[in-house]
Amino acid sequence: MADFFNEFWHWYVAVITVLSILGCGILLWSQSSYRVKLRADGTPEQTTGHVWDEDLTELNTPMPRWWIVLFWLTIVFGFGYLALYPGLGSYAGRLGWHSTGEYQAELKQARLDFGPVFAKYAGQDLKVVAADPQAHAIGERLFLNYCAQCHGSDARGSKGFPNLQDRDWLHGGEPAAIKQTILHGRVGNMPPMGAALGTDKDIESVAHYVRSLSGLTADPIKVSFGKPKFAACAACHGAEGKGNPALGAPNLADKTWLYGGSAETVMETIRKGRTNTMPAFGEFLGEEKVHVLAAYVWSLSNAPAQQPIVTAQAK
Amino acid sequence: MNAPDQAPREAVIRMYAAREDIYPREIKGRYASLRWACVWLTQLLFYGLPWIQMHGRQAVLFDLASRKFYLFGLVLWPQDFIYLAALLIICAYGLFLVTAVAGRVWCGFACPQTVYTEIFLWIERRFEGARSARIRLDRQPWTLGKIARKGGKHAAWGLVALWTGFTFVGYFTPVRELSFDIASFGLGPWETFWVLFYGFATYGNAGWMREQVCKYMCPYARFQSAMFDKDTLIVTYDAARGEPRSARQGAPGSGDCIDCSMCVQVCPTGIDIRKGLQYECIGCAACVDACNGVMDKVNRPRGLIRYATENALAAGLSLAQVRRRLLRPRVLIYSAVLAILGAAMASSLALRNPLKLDVIRDRGSMGREVDDGMIENVYRLQVMNTLEQPQRLRITVEGIASAQVVDGDLIDIDAATTRAVPVRVRIPGGEGKPGSNRIAFTLASDQSAALRVTEEAAFIIPK
Repeated sequence: MADFFNEFWHWYVAVITVLSILGCGILLWSQSSYRVKLRADGTPEQTTGHVWDEDLTELNTPMPRWWIVLFWLTIVFGFGYLALYPGLGSYAGRLGWHSTGEYQAELKQARLDFGPVFAKYAGQDLKVVAADPQAHAIGERLFLNYCAQCHGSDARGSKGFPNLQDRDWLHGGEPAAIKQTILHGRVGNMPPMGAALGTDKDIESVAHYVRSLSGLTADPIKVSFGKPKFAACAACHGAEGKGNPALGAPNLADKTWLYGGSAETVMETIRKGRTNTMPAFGEFLGEEKVHVLAAYVWSLSNAPAQQPIVTAQAK
Repeated sequence: MNAPDQAPREAVIRMYAAREDIYPREIKGRYASLRWACVWLTQLLFYGLPWIQMHGRQAVLFDLASRKFYLFGLVLWPQDFIYLAALLIICAYGLFLVTAVAGRVWCGFACPQTVYTEIFLWIERRFEGARSARIRLDRQPWTLGKIARKGGKHAAWGLVALWTGFTFVGYFTPVRELSFDIASFGLGPWETFWVLFYGFATYGNAGWMREQVCKYMCPYARFQSAMFDKDTLIVTYDAARGEPRSARQGAPGSGDCIDCSMCVQVCPTGIDIRKGLQYECIGCAACVDACNGVMDKVNRPRGLIRYATENALAAGLSLAQVRRRLLRPRVLIYSAVLAILGAAMASSLALRNPLKLDVIRDRGSMGREVDDGMIENVYRLQVMNTLEQPQRLRITVEGIASAQVVDGDLIDIDAATTRAVPVRVRIPGGEGKPGSNRIAFTLASDQSAALRVTEEAAFIIPK
């Protein structure tokens, strides 16, 4: 968008700016000498003629010349500045300085400064990176900045946001799969199955069957009714409900529940389906940072015993 | 043709005046010695302090880049900024007190402007000679000799100024590295700029501007009169004793002043103290030294120009009476405020907690139910260790009886760093009330009972 909506405002600002500076110069110049009355003996009056409190008078003391020279230098500086930098309406200045350009330059410098740190790890195997204390500290900070909002500071997630500390992975827990997830994001989609399964009773039966898969308490009669209906779910979750990482279909036979394992919650999941998104961070963080981050996330569920609370500090 | 009554009734005067050169005469005496003692003291301190090492680092270093101020054993963080404010207030009150008691002694003896002017004047005398020689040199046309003297003086000024600039920057960036960088011409652009900038400021202020700084730039000259009263010690001329002045000593009816103008010649701001108290007077007492010397020579008692109060001059008080008037409300109040501030700052510094803790509850999740019906909350503990030794700290939680930290309650934190630690707190189901519960985190060192900090937080139990 242009700085101003039309050319008039550019000139309005520019003219006011220049006239103000010129006005300061005229004021300085016009005040350089002063007309005073002469005293009886022919010498100029030494006071301004103002008297306060009966006997207080103001001396007509000249200012030091160097001070005035500084004012003139300020005016010269002002014009120089306006010629080089933006300040006169929409005039961009001879140097072409721009805040965006300055930001880009800082960004470039930061990449130069921190690039080598990340480049050191970029070529290493993710498991090697995970064992490096400095990389671990960097990863921890990256995680706290970019991941903790959803997955929690302790990476244990919450309802709808996967726990990264356990060994249960929707899309696979190998280091490469985790890196893929962070780089490109994931979309988890469980379609609404209510219509396909039939009545509310049928849905309840399937829910009880699903709970029974992971050994939770379930009504045996409902389980027996639900079992044949589960065929509709098996396409994704497999005949035994053990899930399919290639599709991101959760294992229903373990005790890990993304949205909760109560019968009501499972029924709601079946009835309405679930859509979940892990955003892609590749574009934003860059491949090298994601490399360190993925190693850190992998280490959370594959950590040596003494980690993660007591960790080394990055300098 | 022009009768007097037809002479012009008005004149045009210039409003901007060029500076009149001042050539202060060198003076010896009690106050001059005192001033030189102050010069040595302040400059040994200023030039020497950055070179002192402590704990393997510079003892006094204001590290702006990592935002840590090192003062001998003390490390101040941005959170301790209040101490800087307190220090400035204490300095201001110290100045008020000193001014109320003894006028502008700070200006005359310890102000950097005075101290550096004194050093630069000393150099000037080495190259250009005494007052009369300097006046003569400035009036004579340029010769090789004059160029050599002036050039030598400016070169010496420049060296002192650059050394000052270098030392000043040495308070903000380690001075030893700085000197290596200079020796190897590897000084960074900003350090180069600031060394040159402060060097130039020293050269300009102490070499060229001198009394102009005191008269036109220094705000203290403008408001110090508000702290004066008639019992404040000031450099004064005893007009009752001195007037009428007479160049012929001992002329009938004449006072003690022999109008030798020594007091004017030694004045660094170019005033005549015999005209009374003037804002230009920096209270350096050079005129006191000069006049005492003259009085000795003409066999008159010293003290025609002396430190005295307005009341003392008007009523002819004795020294003991002047001293007694020292304890007036203004002085007592300034002293009391100063003592309270000083004690408050000292005790606050002594009791300063070297550990700092912020607790941020994860906003992403409310309390969650985990295995065995336990309720778990997640926090991020922002821990700050301002000490110069690494610490091992234990986290404990209070507020709900069986609340405990899950998975390790020990934190290792490096010397002088901050660190964020995710912490899970778990309570058995059924404890606490649904909703928000107050809990408190405590971080404590096993080694030292003093290293302990507590911070409140909320534990949320789902309904």
